Amino acid sequence: MIHDYFFLAFAHLRHHPTRAWLTMIGIFIGIAAVVALISLGQGLQDAINSQFSTFGVDKIIVTGKSAGFGPPGQASAGKVTKADIQLLRKSPGIMRTAGRLLKPVSVDFANEVRTTYAVSLPEDDKEFELIKEVNTLRAAEGRMLKKGDKRKAMVGYDLAYKLVFSHNIKLGSKLLLNEHEYGVIGVMDRFGDPARDKAIYLMENDMRNLFDMKNEYSVVVAQLASGENPRAVAEVIKRAMGKDRHQKVGKEDFEIQTSEEILRQLTTILQIVSAVLTGIAAISLLVGGVGIMNTMYTAVLERTREIGIMKAIGARNEDILAIFLVESGMLGMTGGGLGILLGTALSKATEFVAAQMWGPNLLQASIPWYLVLGALLFSFITGTLSGVLPARKAAHMKPSEALQYE
Amino acid sequence: MTLLELKNIWKTYTLGSAQVHALRGVSLSVNKGEFLAIQGPSGSGKSTMMSLIGCLDLPTKGTILLNDIDIASMPESQLAQIRGKKIGFVFQKFNLITTLSAVENIALPMIFQRISHNEQLKRTIALLHQVGLGDRIHHKPTELSGGQQQRVAIARALATNPDIILADEPTGNLDSTTGRQIIELLVTLHNNSSKTIILVTHDDELAHYAQRIVYLLDGKIHKEWRRR
Repeated sequence: MIHDYFFLAFAHLRHHPTRAWLTMIGIFIGIAAVVALISLGQGLQDAINSQFSTFGVDKIIVTGKSAGFGPPGQASAGKVTKADIQLLRKSPGIMRTAGRLLKPVSVDFANEVRTTYAVSLPEDDKEFELIKEVNTLRAAEGRMLKKGDKRKAMVGYDLAYKLVFSHNIKLGSKLLLNEHEYGVIGVMDRFGDPARDKAIYLMENDMRNLFDMKNEYSVVVAQLASGENPRAVAEVIKRAMGKDRHQKVGKEDFEIQTSEEILRQLTTILQIVSAVLTGIAAISLLVGGVGIMNTMYTAVLERTREIGIMKAIGARNEDILAIFLVESGMLGMTGGGLGILLGTALSKATEFVAAQMWGPNLLQASIPWYLVLGALLFSFITGTLSGVLPARKAAHMKPSEALQYE
Repeated sequence: MTLLELKNIWKTYTLGSAQVHALRGVSLSVNKGEFLAIQGPSGSGKSTMMSLIGCLDLPTKGTILLNDIDIASMPESQLAQIRGKKIGFVFQKFNLITTLSAVENIALPMIFQRISHNEQLKRTIALLHQVGLGDRIHHKPTELSGGQQQRVAIARALATNPDIILADEPTGNLDSTTGRQIIELLVTLHNNSSKTIILVTHDDELAHYAQRIVYLLDGKIHKEWRRR
């Protein structure tokens, strides 16, 4: 029976192909946008998760309280120092710590000047290991920086090869950092993060000399002993550091975050952005639904006589209702199906562009089966719901009056 | 045996503030297998009579017994069932569904009666032969001549093997030759399958194919006579 309804609905849609296609555009565009946004949002979430899986959830990060936006340690009201690292090392539940410096620097290469970030690598072997692990540092070319290197630098992959300068930076190239000459001994492997891929990496002592910094760190990372609760340890350290600085609870000039919290924050931001964008896209679904409703009202009016005929030859109200609902549902679902195809194409295209810009593995559009099924179901339901009022109108027509309609 | 009985039927339409009495106390009884013509000038209540007999509308007052069941106060869902099972309509304007082919139009009443597809196919083929439509069965109504369309409509009317064929000016949109062929097809149907045929027309010549003629005037049965 249901397949007969589909047949009857299709027979009518086939009769007005242009109208059917035009009606579907709203749903088509809406579903395409929703599918593209959700799949890219999911892809971004996956990317963040995979970055954090190398960073690990057993880390806490200590920075000066930020006074604005920007990378950690910049524009800070408070500072983290070597003394804090000592305090952290003695704290219970902490296995390893490492401090890093992060500073904007002007780079002069072959008489071109660009500004980027300089990032330090620790002199201490244990600290170096921790930083290397959490950031998955690898040399793509040349060698890694090591303890005792003086006036040596590694450059991020994009800084070397993505034409930040007119020429590629090669091993042995000379860079002037704030007027001091450094030799390039290696190129970092791609992180897939534009900021880190454009940075310059120096040993900590070089960096302290270059910027004339004695004790401060931009950010301190601590790894917890296994089995420790990151939040609990963070609380203990917060109290210890506050006491050390004679600062009241809530008035500290530093911040302690667990990696879990950072992940959660990023995820929350991403979810809000995704939800807002998807909400906007959903408006076009609403418009599409109204379009279907309008078309169905027209169809009901045009087919008044036909409805009368069908009733005369034995169609019950439910039959008429079903025929029109299936017809509007088909409009919705066909529009939705095409929208899924376009949305998939859009997100794959974005993935391709992202791969060209930031490397192949950063953003991978994720189109799970439930997204496809959900979008298809949603568009069918949107279509069907939009058809409810017109279909009810059709179903409740009086057969004798409908038959006389000219 | 009485198949259909109308007892003191009134039908009143309200047009604005005016009350129009389309039928004023009509009583009529139709036997099974009878060929009846309902005749009358326009405005006499013919169409209203057809709507009521065809269960397309309900009377304002009175009783309509079909197979001894009162249909005058039935809900629409049951009326639809009765229309689908017991009554086959043939209209002046053929009233085929334009988006469906001839075969699909014939199958439509069977779809609404939930008849299986195999059975639909079997009956459709038999009906096509019965009404003399062999080829062009997959054409749309607009691709058929008027006579062919009316043959499809008759086949559709017969699809669920109803008791009554209700034909409303079936030759009104046809030329005289084709019209004669169609009315003769109805006569043949009546003779061969002993279906009850109720023909609604204003046409004297057409009415004389019937066994009995009921003449309506101003919503009442004005006179009634038998042929032969």
